[in-house]
Amino acid sequence: MLTASAPLGAVGLAVAFSSLVLIISGSNPIEAYRDMLGHAGKLEVQVDILNRVTPLYLSGIAASIGFRVNLFNIGVEGQYILAFLVAAHVGSLLTLPPVLHVTLILLVAMTVGAALSGLAGVLKVIRGVHEVISTIMLNAIAISGLVAWLVVEWQADGGTRRTGGRVGTEPIADSGLLPDLNGFLEMFTRDLGQGRQLESMLLIAVAVGVIYHFLVNRTVFGFDLRAAGVNPTAAHVGGVPPKRTIVTAMLISGGVAGLVGMPELMSTGYFPSNPVLNLGFTGIAVALLGRNHTVGMFFGALIFAFLDKSSSILQITSSATREIVVIMQGLIVLAVVVAYQVVAQIRKRQEAAMAMLNQLT
Amino acid sequence: MNSVRKYFKIIEKVRALPAWATWMMWATLGMLVLTLVQELSDTSQLTDVVSSQGMIRWSVPIMLAGLGGLFAERVGVINIGLEGIMILGTWFGAWGAVNYGPWAGMLIGILGGAVGGLIHAIATVSFGVDHIISGVAINLTAPGLTRYLSSHIFVNYDGGSISQSPRVGKVGDFTFPFLAGGNIGSWQTPDLLGWTADQNWFLISETTALLRGAGSMSIASIIAFALVPISVWILWRTRLGLRLRICGEHPLSGESQGINIYRYKYYGVLASGMLAGFGGAFIVTPELSGVYLEGQTQGRGFIGLGALIFGNWKPGGVMTGSLLFGYPFGLSLRDLDGVASRALMLVGVFALVGVTVWTLKKGRRTDAALAGVLSIAAAVWYSTSQTVPKWWISILPYVIVLLVLVFFSQKLRMPQANGSPYRKGGHSN
Repeated sequence: MLTASAPLGAVGLAVAFSSLVLIISGSNPIEAYRDMLGHAGKLEVQVDILNRVTPLYLSGIAASIGFRVNLFNIGVEGQYILAFLVAAHVGSLLTLPPVLHVTLILLVAMTVGAALSGLAGVLKVIRGVHEVISTIMLNAIAISGLVAWLVVEWQADGGTRRTGGRVGTEPIADSGLLPDLNGFLEMFTRDLGQGRQLESMLLIAVAVGVIYHFLVNRTVFGFDLRAAGVNPTAAHVGGVPPKRTIVTAMLISGGVAGLVGMPELMSTGYFPSNPVLNLGFTGIAVALLGRNHTVGMFFGALIFAFLDKSSSILQITSSATREIVVIMQGLIVLAVVVAYQVVAQIRKRQEAAMAMLNQLT
Repeated sequence: MNSVRKYFKIIEKVRALPAWATWMMWATLGMLVLTLVQELSDTSQLTDVVSSQGMIRWSVPIMLAGLGGLFAERVGVINIGLEGIMILGTWFGAWGAVNYGPWAGMLIGILGGAVGGLIHAIATVSFGVDHIISGVAINLTAPGLTRYLSSHIFVNYDGGSISQSPRVGKVGDFTFPFLAGGNIGSWQTPDLLGWTADQNWFLISETTALLRGAGSMSIASIIAFALVPISVWILWRTRLGLRLRICGEHPLSGESQGINIYRYKYYGVLASGMLAGFGGAFIVTPELSGVYLEGQTQGRGFIGLGALIFGNWKPGGVMTGSLLFGYPFGLSLRDLDGVASRALMLVGVFALVGVTVWTLKKGRRTDAALAGVLSIAAAVWYSTSQTVPKWWISILPYVIVLLVLVFFSQKLRMPQANGSPYRKGGHSN
């Protein structure tokens, strides 16, 4: 009861505080929220929201695998962007039978992500370099270094600039793309307009969520993972190899992180010159909001995706400035971690009181 | 055999030297390598006054972020929110400067940073939230907050927009008399460093040219550099500093001395926010950009953290790291043909060879092999390339920090209780 109230309270607090910000800056918060909810009522916007849920959910899972072992994979950001680019390039180089082609692209993406985060894991194990530091450094090296370099090397049309600006990579052949889910969706709803596609990576993301749940809660490895997270010393004594657990967790986390860019790649077929950024960092927020739980994280991703996508209406109705949702997202993260901390303290106090009572009686 | 013994005797004598002498020795060695590489590469940009000025301008925000990290981590709080706090500093710095003048801009930028620090302190110290999470939340929120503020304030200004402020004024320069030819009253003193730099004396002219770059700079930069010895004095020479440091080393023993650990942690994290805010405000001064632009911090908060690690959690080290990280940025801006930046790669080759020899001597064979491979790779790259790509310059600081962590991690010592949660009375929650 207490656990469920924490995230709800946090969201409520964030909404209250954002309303205050809106009122101070002369907007009517109720009007703004009504506009956003009304906008999200449209089918097309709902598809947008689901398409944003997919990468956020994957990113949240990537972060949460680290959290289970008390590891912070801050590097999801760099891992997914680099994996996105490399997978787009490799995928465009060859044509294979449909299923094989898609599998290959996904595998390449997972390998690149796992390699980058695995490096951080190895550095931690052999040199004691804190993974936060190494992943921050690797983020910068991957994004400002490798991606900045390779995106120019690999740009389409051999580097001739079509419109003066930078172009993306060569498009992947149709065999390397996943079909959209529009046909399935339209069986239940009306036809989708405005060229919207419900991306089928959503199904893969859900599958990853289910696998994650079983891996962590129903396998020996998952038990080791959680044991090493709760008490590394006890886990070590109990036979959990700490170094191997750390490296494996980082590898899996990075592998999932590699998938974060795939929804976009699997539908558009190339790495654009301005890919969506910050999905990695937002994933950390999603994992926190969902308490590393498969279903919880899905709702966390849903909240963030809703804020991202429904806010575009504010530019049109001008009932508020769109950036209010970024403030709201940040506030949600801060409020939710504070709420969890407070709940943990209350619970501890209750337990202590109970123990005291038991001793007395 | 005799020569080997002699060699070891020299090593021992060097070890016995005081710290400043060792520093001077390393600096001279570095200058020697830089000068030799410059001679080899047919460029004069590596050690001239303009490059030096560029280095200083680029180093100041990195150094301020690094000092910000230092004050936070010395009280045991990891602050990866520095990047977001710097963004607050840029926005509030620009807002203050546009409305009330450049000096007020600095002050308001510092206050903006202090707000970021306060949020981090409330979350981590009062509520015991994980330091990394709070930092990530700040980094996520700050760009949205500043954009929101811009959309309400800067868009109404002439020359402002949702992602940009109007131009920001200058705080004024100071030229040191005698060293760099500054004025005393109306008398212009001789420019000694500048004169020596023009003499073409091997090593000496190059060194003075680099120093001459520091002879004339913005007063804000002078304040920033003055903060380095001030930080040393506060942290290691005052009672306040001792109390701050006990929070980062062993808070429970501080508590047993009757020190209110929470309060000193607040002081440290607030100072951290103010320093990072100052760094942000400096970025918008005409020294670097002269305008607030979205995304202009470009990871300097993270580079500042790198300088902190490089500098082994000491103010002097932070300054050295910042100068080292700022140098290639300053150089690359004027080095249009990329010759000087390429020459810098040769310096890197020498450094890696040095690491190889050092690790070999320590008997760390795997490390020596790794360093050897890296130096060969760098040498091959150097000899097969004509210029250095721009992206290489922008990731150089991160690469250096990673290499330092790989090869010298046992030489680094961070505050013992850094990053661990502290609750009064030793309660874990």
